[in-house]
Amino acid sequence: MPVIEVSELRKTYSGRAVVDGVSFAVEEGEIFGILGPNGAGKTTTVECVEGLRVPDAGRVRVTGLDPVADHARVARVLGAQLQESELQPKLTVREGLELYASFYPNPSPWAPLAERLGLTAQLTTRFGKLSGGQKQRLFIALALIGSPKVVVLDELTTGLDPRARRDTWELIEDVRAGGVTVLLVTHFMEEAQRLCDRIAVIDGGRVAALDTPAGLIRRSAGSTVISFTPSAPLEDRDLNALPALTSVERKDGRLTLAGTDETVNAVITLLARHRITAHQLRVSDATLDDAFLDLTKESVA
Amino acid sequence: MTTAVLRTEVRLFRREPGALFWILLFPTLLLVILGSIPSFRDHQADLGGLRTIDVYVPVAVLLGMIVGGLQSMPQTLTGYRERGILRRMATTPVRPSALLSAQMLVYGGAALASALLSLLVGRLAFDVPLPKQPLGYVLALLLAVLAALALGSVVSALSRTTKIAGAIGSAFFFPSMFCAGVWLPTQAMPHLMARIVGYTPFGAAAEALNRAAAGHWPGWEHLGVLVMWVLLLTGAASRWFRWE
Repeated sequence: MPVIEVSELRKTYSGRAVVDGVSFAVEEGEIFGILGPNGAGKTTTVECVEGLRVPDAGRVRVTGLDPVADHARVARVLGAQLQESELQPKLTVREGLELYASFYPNPSPWAPLAERLGLTAQLTTRFGKLSGGQKQRLFIALALIGSPKVVVLDELTTGLDPRARRDTWELIEDVRAGGVTVLLVTHFMEEAQRLCDRIAVIDGGRVAALDTPAGLIRRSAGSTVISFTPSAPLEDRDLNALPALTSVERKDGRLTLAGTDETVNAVITLLARHRITAHQLRVSDATLDDAFLDLTKESVA
Repeated sequence: MTTAVLRTEVRLFRREPGALFWILLFPTLLLVILGSIPSFRDHQADLGGLRTIDVYVPVAVLLGMIVGGLQSMPQTLTGYRERGILRRMATTPVRPSALLSAQMLVYGGAALASALLSLLVGRLAFDVPLPKQPLGYVLALLLAVLAALALGSVVSALSRTTKIAGAIGSAFFFPSMFCAGVWLPTQAMPHLMARIVGYTPFGAAAEALNRAAAGHWPGWEHLGVLVMWVLLLTGAASRWFRWE
């Protein structure tokens, strides 16, 4: 049974469908990413999973329970890090950790968690005096303090410096290794590619694609890029006849072609046939970034 | 779980020097200043033989709850909503309502402590007799605290931001102080004015406290007015309050 189940979820604000029929299922122990441009409905979707919003239509289940009707039971197994929230400004980090630990039946000890998130030096600092990155780390700690089965992290590493970001990724991998299911909303492709087992790309309130990071890259047009400086000019006619070609770019005598593995093979055959040497030949996979832009381009245009 | 929330809110209240001063100390301080004026310790025929200091003890008693209920609590509650503190708590097994009830207990408790302090200082420093009808006095006091908290909740329900809460709170604050008798004790008000003021929450509270202090049962007309306000304001607050 999936740990998180969302089917045909709909949420409308003042006549505008922000979430318009989103479905996905997250299996136990999986890190599932939700990727999408601003305003795509990502946060609204996870807020329905957290029980903060009541769906207009559709079904949401967390460990088989309805997050709205069964809020107390869902809240005991779900840890959340919200995109925008605060604690009482005069509460210290330690008091905040202790307070939130007291809400759960089997909390994690707060001291190791604080150490893991680099908050030990701030334990007596009031929330209002923390930096943006420290607040962010505290909220990650609070999401984990109840020893949850599921954590929902909305913009996990926003506001963190590169070192803290990498430390946080390791922490999330450790958390998952402990059997916890992770639902991750992110803007960072690198983060999604590194952490997620599967990703749902949400655009305009709908799931535009749902696959592994490698699968998303593969399925996007122009997933392989080949570039070289030919020893003699190549004719446009020959290039345009290449299979699965999605783009051709010429710059300072250098050719950059995007396509698939099939395109690469055909280029090599073409060069051999014309006895042309390819100088500084580079073949690279497109990144998740490219795949994302490709999958969401319709809505921007 | 909810006791942890209450303990935290008490701790946070102790870190607010402004609220501590205005709710707990200011009413008694005002009493001490007024009591230091010699003529205020003389018996006055137009106050029914009471001294000015005598009639200002109930005023001081009400002042703490007006400051706490109308100025401090709406600011805190609206801030908790504005900053997403309630939202964050809504994702835990403890509902944000725990935070709301803790806030009410903190401010209600502080207002009662302030009232007790005013009564004690009045008794010890200025020989103002303790209420002669204690049961009626306590009942009127509790109803007044409930009315102040309910009114504060309405202010918070109507305010989207702490700035608006400050403005609406002040709009209720000064009329409430007037009705409680801060500028003119209810005993000294002209008959018609006293009647009208008697229908407001703090006017009714002032009259109920005065009667109980003098040894009479506070009178169901005043207690009834208070009960009606408590029900009305609580209903309005729970209808209009937004968690986010």
